[in-house]
Amino acid sequence: MFKYFEPNKIFSITSKAPKYVLILFVIVLTIGLVESLVLSPEDYKQSHSVRIMYVHVPAAWITLGIFSSITLLSVIGYIFKIKNFFLISKSLAPSGFIFCIIALVTGSIWGKPTWGTWWAWDARITSMLILALFYGIYLLAWRIYHDKDQVFKVTSIITIIGIINVPIIKYSVDWWNTLHQPASINILSKSSIHSSMLFPLAIMTAAFALFSLLIFLMKYNTELIKIKNKGLDRL
Amino acid sequence: MITEFLNMNGYGFYVWSAFTFTLVNFTLLYAVIKIQYVREKEKFVSKFGTLNSEQASFAKLQSINKEILSNSSNI
Repeated sequence: MFKYFEPNKIFSITSKAPKYVLILFVIVLTIGLVESLVLSPEDYKQSHSVRIMYVHVPAAWITLGIFSSITLLSVIGYIFKIKNFFLISKSLAPSGFIFCIIALVTGSIWGKPTWGTWWAWDARITSMLILALFYGIYLLAWRIYHDKDQVFKVTSIITIIGIINVPIIKYSVDWWNTLHQPASINILSKSSIHSSMLFPLAIMTAAFALFSLLIFLMKYNTELIKIKNKGLDRL
Repeated sequence: MITEFLNMNGYGFYVWSAFTFTLVNFTLLYAVIKIQYVREKEKFVSKFGTLNSEQASFAKLQSINKEILSNSSNI
């Protein structure tokens, strides 16, 4: 089954896809921005500051999703010796890191009018900061180590240690007393967020997901060309 | 009305800062990745140009190399 993931086979798709993903991203983002800044209602308690949620929450969701995917791909790649899975993981990391920074900074901006402070060392914020550090270490490892086997091993270890932090981020609001409110959106039970706010949130999440797909495809193509450059040197 | 929209009940600074920070980061990341892509592709094309005819025809056996050289791989 893994032979279908071979770079030579999928490059014809990944090289053409970015321009279509970019167009779709711009369309969805435009709709999302209009929905979140103009059409969605203000909150009865937080007033217009609630609009920060439309960038903060999708960024947090996507950075967690990307780190989980990187870990899964690294572990499978290491066990079954699939180099392409490491290439996919490496290509996913830049957007994951940026989304983590966006979640932290927009959270900080949201914190000032809501809690009266830019920063607090509460469980959710601290664990998100730790996630950003893991992303940073992961990206740094790819720059430091040049031996393939070594970098595969090191990045796998980093993600395995880092993944322990992901459930801590998710359940920190339930396990400890934090400034953060418990989750308003639940997949298995009824969400406490109104549909007029849920819709723009869904649109912005889709836009952010498309952006991470776009960055992933561009980075993946760059990495493939880099490999092919080395191949030409050997001719 | 525009001032009211920008002011957002006194929360305008926070809301616009958050959205601006997000969009600026999107633009910067896109630009950085695009520059990396263009550089690698240019490097590939110039290296391919230095190959002799035998090496070039051998390299062209791989479909991925042909794809990189073609215009279709432009982002």
